[in-house]
Amino acid sequence: MRLTGLQKILWAAAGLATLAWLGWIMPQTNTKSDVAVVETAAFRPEFALADASGQIRTNTDFSGKFLLVFFGFTNCPDVCPMTLSEVASVMNDLGPDAARVQPLFISVDPERDRKLGLAEFTGAFHPSIIGLAGTEAATRAAAQSFKIFYERDTDDAAPDGYTMSHSPALYLVGPGGDWLRLFDYGTPATTILADLRSRL
Amino acid sequence: MKRLLPAAFALIFATPALACEVVRIGDIEIGHAWSRATIGADRPGVVYLTIRNTGSTDDALFGLVTPVAEMPMLHETVVTDGIASMPHAMSVPVPAGQTVALEPGGFHAMLMGLTEALDKGATFPLTLTFQNAGEVTVTVEVLALAAKGPDCEDSQP
Repeated sequence: MRLTGLQKILWAAAGLATLAWLGWIMPQTNTKSDVAVVETAAFRPEFALADASGQIRTNTDFSGKFLLVFFGFTNCPDVCPMTLSEVASVMNDLGPDAARVQPLFISVDPERDRKLGLAEFTGAFHPSIIGLAGTEAATRAAAQSFKIFYERDTDDAAPDGYTMSHSPALYLVGPGGDWLRLFDYGTPATTILADLRSRL
Repeated sequence: MKRLLPAAFALIFATPALACEVVRIGDIEIGHAWSRATIGADRPGVVYLTIRNTGSTDDALFGLVTPVAEMPMLHETVVTDGIASMPHAMSVPVPAGQTVALEPGGFHAMLMGLTEALDKGATFPLTLTFQNAGEVTVTVEVLALAAKGPDCEDSQP
C-alpha cells in the first residue's frame, strides 16, 4: 500500500504532535515531583489527641525523642498488625536506644477504637507503643498536619457497616519536631532500624 | 511417668509447627495456614495460607466456611496512590502450575463475626471451596497478634 501525499502529511503531523506532547509532559512531571520533595522536606506535624487513659498528648510532649507514627484503626486485620509488628521488632532490636524512640498509633477510627480498647491493642504488639484516639476534629487536624489521608468507606459486610481506607506508611519525626521521612507500607524492620541507627 | 514420656516425645517432635502441614485435594496443595490472635471476638480475624496448583488447569478459590466466624470473606489489601483499602475479592485465581499466597498486604481471608476470640496456640478448621478441585478442610493455627507468619523449613507449601 502506498501512502498518498495527504496521508504522509497527517502521519508527520501526528509524529510531531506526539513529540511535542512528550516534550511538554516530561518536564511537567519532573517539576511536579521536585515541588513535592521540597514541600515534604520541611514541616512540623502537630497533634493534640487523647491517649487510652483520656489524657491529651501533643507533639511537644515528645520533643527530644524520635517519633515513629502510624495512622490506623484497631479493627484492621491485615495492614495495621503487619506494620505494628515491624515497629515492635524495631523497638526490641534498638536495645538501650529504644528510650529515644517513641512509637505512636493514631486512630483514624477514634470513637470505635475507644470503645473496643486502644491500650489492649497497642500493648499486644509492644508495651512502648502509645495509642492515641482524639475527637473527630482533632484526628482530622492531625492527619492534615502529617499530610496523610483517611476516609470511612461504607461496607455492609464489614462490622458496624463500615471500614477505613488510610495511608499505611510509617512516619518518622525528629527530636526537634521536624518531619523526617516516611517508610512505605511493607518496609521491613531491619531497614527502619538501620535508618534510626544512622540518626541516633 | 511412663505414659507422659510418649506425650513429651510427641511435643518435641511436633515441630515444625502445625501451620507448616500441607493438605492436598486433586491438583491443589494448601500449606502455611495461619491466623492472628484477636483481642476478644469483636474485631475481625484473618487467615493466611498458600495455595499451589500442581495441575495443568487453572483453578480458583471462591468459598470459605469456618465454625469460628459467621461471615468469612476473601479480601485483598490494595495500596493505590499511597492509600490502603481492602476491597472484597469474589475469588482468588490459582493459575495452573503456580503458587498463590494469601499473605499480609495481599489477599487474605477475613473472618467477620467471630463466634469466639482466637487465642494464640489454638487451631480451627477452615473449609475452602475451589472451582475445580472442590472442597477441602485445612487446620488453621493461631499465632500471636504480632506474628509475621509461621516458621516453616520450606518456603513453599
